[in-house]
Amino acid sequence: MIFFKRHLPLAITFVMGITFALQYYVPHPVSEAAITAVSKWMQIISGFALLLGIASLFHMHAVKIRRQAAGWGYSLVLYGAMLGTMVVGFGSHGETKVDGAQTAFGWLYDYTMVPLQGTMFSVLAFFVASAAYRAFRARSREASVLLLSAVIVMVGRVPLGQVLLPWAWDVTQWLMNVINSAVRRAILIGVSMGSVALSVKIILGKERSYLGGGKDA
Amino acid sequence: MMGLAVFLLLLLTGGEALALAPPEGFRILDTPNDAGKSLSLVWRASPGESKDRTVQVWIAGVRPPSDMGSDPVAAVAFQKVAEFPANTRYVKPGDFPWWARPAGKGDHYAKLASSPAFPIEDGRPYAVKLLVREGDQEVWSEVVQASARPDWFNTAQMNNVLFVLAFTGTLLATIAAARRNPHVYLRRIAGLDAVDEAIGRSTEMGRPVLYLTGSGSMSDVSTIAATVILGDVAKKVAQYGTTLQVPHRDPIVMAVCQEIVKESYSEAGRPDAFKEDANFFITDDQFSYTAAVDGIMLREKPAANFFMGSYFAESLLLTETGASTGAIQIAGTDSDHQLPFFVTTCDYTLIGEELYAAGAYLSREPVLVGTLRGQDLGKAFIMGVLVAGTALATIGGLAQTDIFAYALDLFKDFK
Repeated sequence: MIFFKRHLPLAITFVMGITFALQYYVPHPVSEAAITAVSKWMQIISGFALLLGIASLFHMHAVKIRRQAAGWGYSLVLYGAMLGTMVVGFGSHGETKVDGAQTAFGWLYDYTMVPLQGTMFSVLAFFVASAAYRAFRARSREASVLLLSAVIVMVGRVPLGQVLLPWAWDVTQWLMNVINSAVRRAILIGVSMGSVALSVKIILGKERSYLGGGKDA
Repeated sequence: MMGLAVFLLLLLTGGEALALAPPEGFRILDTPNDAGKSLSLVWRASPGESKDRTVQVWIAGVRPPSDMGSDPVAAVAFQKVAEFPANTRYVKPGDFPWWARPAGKGDHYAKLASSPAFPIEDGRPYAVKLLVREGDQEVWSEVVQASARPDWFNTAQMNNVLFVLAFTGTLLATIAAARRNPHVYLRRIAGLDAVDEAIGRSTEMGRPVLYLTGSGSMSDVSTIAATVILGDVAKKVAQYGTTLQVPHRDPIVMAVCQEIVKESYSEAGRPDAFKEDANFFITDDQFSYTAAVDGIMLREKPAANFFMGSYFAESLLLTETGASTGAIQIAGTDSDHQLPFFVTTCDYTLIGEELYAAGAYLSREPVLVGTLRGQDLGKAFIMGVLVAGTALATIGGLAQTDIFAYALDLFKDFK
């Protein structure tokens, strides 16, 4: 059992990790074919894994309905929406349009999913405003610098601001290209080092906690 | 210098137009470090090259040996595949590393890739000649032959290989050193110090702990880092006897996290407290997932929210909702574009590499702590290279010399 839970996954991780690290340095078409094949396999595995996810979703909401836990009515809505979408989807053979005409499945997507997604995304604008209000309160020296920089950048990015304060554009460019870029690059260098270090640990089997259980090798 | 030579030449010829000379040193080669189906042309620069003078490339597939006569090249039909001004396509500093340069600096270099108009097959010989034209004059180069083939190793990336091997060696050495002496100093990370406080607060309030692993799949390093931290958080949750909720966007990540959380409960001596449905799948759709998690936050009001891994536009929607419920929020991400939102709305934020360091900080295991020391050495090296490289490039620019390119090329990323 330990072989299937530990040794085999570690061996697969090592072989695939080394293979695809080397793949980066191999321009031969074989290398490209290998990465394409693996991508397809990953898509297939993801497809099957989705069944696992759907089973989890059904189970969780079935338990909620059975126990009549708080908000169990939403679970009923989820069941109804999911089964309804599946019936309509099968009825439309998974097509959103046939001969240029919208199918029921296409209608369901365009007039329920798209507006709901748009609604969620548009909420972001209000959340940005409230978060900005909190962030830009000049409670400390650092917050004051942030507030000043943000005001200059906002003024420098709009035509009216550039008319009122012609220097704002140059200062904005300097803030974005020098200060902002330098900080971003510093973060990215750290992220890259951390990412490579973690990858090396995983490939060499030094980091095993993602398999569950002890971390040390 | 070249201008002076041209002037003297004009003076000697009494100002008459120079006769066009065929390109010197013309040769063809298989394009180095490529996937095949491509040839490269190289020839030396000559005086008098201007935009008025053009170079045409003519190519022909050489017939197979069985079909060859006495002169296989003469019998094939040449086809024009490219034309460009003569004062273009020079090899410039930075185009190739010095150890994999197919032509000298200042030479002409033109790459001929396979195209629908003229497909280039690997292994088949091709004959190529250049036609140089200026006004009414034209002159042909000699005909040269080569065949394309794919390469098994990109020699231009040799420096990259060496640095990866050196960094791997450094990591292994620091891990070994940390095993011998596990008392390595780790700077305090406020966000990780607050993990205990956040879980303790959840326990006191009788509310769950909400842990998100981000939008990435299991092939993303940040997701793996998030699952590593989940193991430590789950262990503490088990010890405190509170509830853990981990909603997922990826079923594979969910399956992995189920195993991690189960093991953590066992390690904490509370396997009985483990609930299979602590990890549950919602949907892989970005905003549907966000809406569902926001709903959980508003209905169940978790006292501690953890946002680890990579995030996109949903980050602010999640954290701002969490902030409105009064939960302690700890975020950790390598998504630099989302960092401002996390910093603004969360109580603590692990910035960039701190996400990867969190596992070491929480567990204090020698392997992980040793890796941090290795990373620090790597960063010190990069900082040294940045300072030295900036100085050398500046001096080289001021002194108009390429001598420092030999050092600078070592640290460039060549494709």
